[in-house]
Amino acid sequence: MAEQDWKANKRVFAAVSVPTLLWTLLFFVIPMAIVWFYSFGENRGLTEIEFSGTLENYKRATEFLYLSIFGKSFAVAALVTLICLIVGFPVAMAITFASEKWRPWLLLGIMLPFWTNLLIRTYALMMLLGTQGFANKGLGALWDGASWLKTLVGMQPLPTWEPVQLLFNNFAVVFGLVYVHLPFMVLPLYAALDRLDRSLIEASLDLGAGHFRTIMRIVVPLAAPGIVAGVMITLIPALGAYLTPDLMGGTDSQMIANVIERQFKKANDWPFGAALSFILIYAMFILIALQSMRRKVPEAR
Amino acid sequence: MAIFSRTPRAPLEYSRTLWMRLWVGAVMVFLYAPLVVLMIFSFNDSKRNVVWRGFTFKYYDKALGNDVLVEALVNSLTIAALATLISLILGAVAAVMLWRFRFPLKGAVDGTISLPIIVPEICMGVAFLIFFAKWLEWPTNLIWPFNLGAIIIAHITFCFPFVTMVVRSRLATFNREQEEAAKDLGAGEWAVFRDVLIPHMRPALIAGALLSFTLSLDDFVITYFTSGPDTITFPVKVYSMVRFSVTPEVNAASTLLILLTILLTAVALKLQGVKAIAETH
Repeated sequence: MAEQDWKANKRVFAAVSVPTLLWTLLFFVIPMAIVWFYSFGENRGLTEIEFSGTLENYKRATEFLYLSIFGKSFAVAALVTLICLIVGFPVAMAITFASEKWRPWLLLGIMLPFWTNLLIRTYALMMLLGTQGFANKGLGALWDGASWLKTLVGMQPLPTWEPVQLLFNNFAVVFGLVYVHLPFMVLPLYAALDRLDRSLIEASLDLGAGHFRTIMRIVVPLAAPGIVAGVMITLIPALGAYLTPDLMGGTDSQMIANVIERQFKKANDWPFGAALSFILIYAMFILIALQSMRRKVPEAR
Repeated sequence: MAIFSRTPRAPLEYSRTLWMRLWVGAVMVFLYAPLVVLMIFSFNDSKRNVVWRGFTFKYYDKALGNDVLVEALVNSLTIAALATLISLILGAVAAVMLWRFRFPLKGAVDGTISLPIIVPEICMGVAFLIFFAKWLEWPTNLIWPFNLGAIIIAHITFCFPFVTMVVRSRLATFNREQEEAAKDLGAGEWAVFRDVLIPHMRPALIAGALLSFTLSLDDFVITYFTSGPDTITFPVKVYSMVRFSVTPEVNAASTLLILLTILLTAVALKLQGVKAIAETH
């Protein structure tokens, strides 16, 4: 049945629309608008900001230093998304084709970390990756084993194991972001695969295609909307990530959110920080516009 | 592989192939091993988190005796509870508005309401920082729990769109004839809402509440920017502890929060069953 026109029942419409609209206007639209105005302002003294309508902040954002940080953030987010896709796709397949009894529990297994506090998960990972952590101990044991095998066949043993620096570098940032965002990827992939018509896969197998070929030629194209959704849901938060690069990254692992934070805390250059924030928001809009364009193309055909 | 399966594997039972099982197992280990290690080491009798030196509860004592940490945890839970309550009301009402009515600028309103889901946390954090500190000049010296007001408002703003999203997809399955039947039988608008619509929305409301509560409890970035110098929440406190001194106290406090998450999930499971929970996401 069709939606009701708002004029048909003004009293009820007012009751459901006024709280929502008022809240969104007051606590979302206005704060964002203020940031937008700040991005065209300049610092006068320590706390005074003049709204002069200058484009200086945006010009400064195109300096090589900031462009390279934007580029790097994109590269890191894209790499994280790719790894999540490669790791997550088989998991989503396994959940889709699991037995009725197992499926909900596997889904719960993916969702529980997603409900666990982000800071706790980051801290747990830091413990594991530290120079004294288990990851290093495991690698050290492998190294010693290899060394022992070499002596067994009469060769010189390997030099003693030096703990590798797994934390506070770009590797740690990518690893941490994959750890945090994997559930974001698996859930939409599963949702798409679950809707798939299984008889198509069976038909492909019956007609002689192998499993790998069936997955590449039948499953992946049919699940494309879910793959795109998963990519967006992973890419967008990864691009704006603050905590992981801040805690797990080194001095050269700064992502765009860390630069924005610095403008508002240490550097105390709010107008420039505001401009960077809006560039990040515009980048999100472009990504979403690309996604919706992609979605319209097959419909038009 | 063949030893484990009693019946031969059908072509589509991908999850019964060995490499699939290994892959899923490896991913589960990847997701859970760090958390399990963290929880085990909260019982470790050593100041540094590296070598096992024996079992102790002393870091739980220390964590629970740490007034700032306890205050932070109480603050976080209070914020999450209040933000969830208001997000549920606002979110459900917004979902009903978007589902039931046709009105001018509907597309724009719809887009703006779901925008907080997409806008990066850091940008919203910055916006609330300027809004509360410079514009509204929100007083910072109020008594508890009013000193948490700014944080609660910020949390509601990013939580309620999620509730709207979940409730709206549930409302799409509502059979409007039920509403008509109720009206024919003499129910007013309010009675229809209370006795027909809310019972239909119930699973989505539970899922939405769970989602808002976790999102609020989880949030670091927005709170970090919104909170004044005197208010502290659990993630903000853990952040400063991780930053400056890693002690098993952090492990103990984290373990308590993980247990709380598991407890909440179990409650939701009891209310809804594992399938329904899995499907709302």
